[in-house]
Amino acid sequence: MNQEDIIKNGTVVYSRPRLLNERNTHYCPGCSHGVVHRIVSELIEEMGIEDRAVGVAPVGCAVFAYNYIDVDWIEAAHGRAPAVATAVSRLNPDNVVFTYQGDGDLAAIGTAETIHAANRGENIVIIFINNAIYGMTGGQMAPTTLLGQKTATTPYGRKADINGFPIKMSDLLAQLDGTCYVTRQAVHTPAAVRKAKKAIRQAFENAMAKRGTSVVEIVSTCNSGWKLSPAKSNEWMVANMFEKYPLGDLKNV
Amino acid sequence: MAKIKGTVIIDEQRCKGCELCVVACPTDVLSLQAKEVNDRGYHFAYSAHPDNCIGCASCALVCPDACFTVYKITTSDNI
Repeated sequence: MNQEDIIKNGTVVYSRPRLLNERNTHYCPGCSHGVVHRIVSELIEEMGIEDRAVGVAPVGCAVFAYNYIDVDWIEAAHGRAPAVATAVSRLNPDNVVFTYQGDGDLAAIGTAETIHAANRGENIVIIFINNAIYGMTGGQMAPTTLLGQKTATTPYGRKADINGFPIKMSDLLAQLDGTCYVTRQAVHTPAAVRKAKKAIRQAFENAMAKRGTSVVEIVSTCNSGWKLSPAKSNEWMVANMFEKYPLGDLKNV
Repeated sequence: MAKIKGTVIIDEQRCKGCELCVVACPTDVLSLQAKEVNDRGYHFAYSAHPDNCIGCASCALVCPDACFTVYKITTSDNI
């Protein structure tokens, strides 16, 4: 049986999601952003909410997210995505509003907006890509950088006495009464991708049911910033990141 | 006994040669081109051993650029 027969008589197991448009992404080869973009576009398509979904793009590598997924987007000022999402979801309660933020955006400059939006229990989904580094600006230390991790601004490794400790944003947000679902996922293996997709689906469902703020943290790789190959980055992430950022649901009410 | 056969179509021009699909494939179907590159200069992925494919779509799930279309068919042994 050759390839033509399988294509002609077989079933399509997977094809490129319709909402992911034809543009090539600007992300580095092997970047986790691409996988999460793909999951989000698949979900919006499967849930039939493409007319109602509004994304809020961050500043960071994902700043051009609005170029790739064919739903409505707003580009927020640095760190202010949850504040913008608050306005959108309050003015248009029927919309399904999600923010897509990196760790520099959500955990550094946007800490206040993130915590207060979650504390108010806004009906939004926060997708948080945590790769422990500032990817876009050239691999500087982020608040989530691990102790001992070498970055452009911590060439001898992050030290607690000078640079402080890595911040666990999801654990912080899980303590707030406004959040209904806080989970930490990864996208390094096919099984993990399936789980992450399920988590983001639940987050969207929570937003549609007006249950409060849902936070999905995706522990990601930044192979350019970490100076590793994409496959090696995944191994490094499993070996080092999961100890500090263990996967699983932190809160689900 | 029923046998599952699969095949993948790879968007060669979109591929960035990150090798994540090669690592994810459980049956060692995929490989990166050793010398050939696409228009953007990446050593793109291709089916080096297409007969091994079981259509599990693991490659498609980990691909950051959604380059894969995966087909699957269930056949009996006598075909």
